[in-house]
Amino acid sequence: MERKTKVNAEEGKHDLTVTREFDLPLELLFKAHAEPEIIEQWMGTKVVKFEGKKHGSWQYETKDPQGNVAFQASGVFHDFRPNEKITRTFEMVNASWGVQLEFLEFEKLTDDTSKLTMHIVYKSAADRDQQLKMPFAYGINIAHNRLQEIVSKLKQHA
Amino acid sequence: MNLRRDVFQAIADPTRRAILLLLATQSLTAGAIAANFDTARPTVSKHLQILTECELLQQEQNGREIYYHINAKKMKEVADFIEPFRNMWDDRFNKLEDVMKKYKPNK
Repeated sequence: MERKTKVNAEEGKHDLTVTREFDLPLELLFKAHAEPEIIEQWMGTKVVKFEGKKHGSWQYETKDPQGNVAFQASGVFHDFRPNEKITRTFEMVNASWGVQLEFLEFEKLTDDTSKLTMHIVYKSAADRDQQLKMPFAYGINIAHNRLQEIVSKLKQHA
Repeated sequence: MNLRRDVFQAIADPTRRAILLLLATQSLTAGAIAANFDTARPTVSKHLQILTECELLQQEQNGREIYYHINAKKMKEVADFIEPFRNMWDDRFNKLEDVMKKYKPNK
C-alpha cells in the first residue's frame, strides 16, 4: 500500500520534506491551516494566538490532563497567501534545538484533491535529527495521557 | 555519487527491501542472495554494494566465502528515526482530512 504521508530526510542534511495528498479540494486544505478552531481539531493543541497574515504571529499551547502546560510553540508568518503558500517560523518552548523555518505549499491536483508540501529547514543537521527523534518519546507520553484520561473516566463510572 | 550513501534512498528500492527481508533471518553469500531473484547477478551485486556502503549490510569473511548480514543497529536507527515522525504527521493529516470532510461553512 502506498503511504499517504511521506517524509524525505536525507542523512546529514539540515532540512526535511513532508508531503501528503489529500482527498480534499485545495480551498479546504488551506482553510484547515488558516482557521484556528480547525487547527485545534487536527493538531490537538489549543491555538492561543493566530494572525494569519504577513508579519502576523501565532502561538500554540497544550495542557496535560492535570492542567500543566505540556507543549508551547510559537512563531511568525513571513508569507501568508491563501490557497498558495504559508512561510512561517516555528519554535518550541524548552526544546533543546532552536527555531525552524517552514515552507508550506498548497497545490491543486484535481477539483477534489490537493497536495501539501512542507519543507522544514533547521539550523543544523543535529537539530533536525533531534526533532525527528522527538515523536518517539512524545508518542509514549501521549499514549500515557490518553490512558490516564480513560482510567479516570472509568473511575467516575464505577 | 552521493545518493548512494543515503540510507533512505537505499530502502526506497523494492529489490533492496527484499534483500533486507531475505537477510533478516540468515547470513547469505552474494550468490545465494542472487539465486532468490530473477534479476541479473551484477544488478544484485550493485544492490548489495549500495546496501553495504550505507551500512545497512555488513560483510563477513568465512573461509573463501563472503557472507552478508544485516547491520541491526543501523536498521533500527533508520526505523526508529523516521517512522514515529512520519506517523505523527500521518495521524495529524488523517485527522485534518476527516475534519474537513465534515466541514460545513457556518456563515
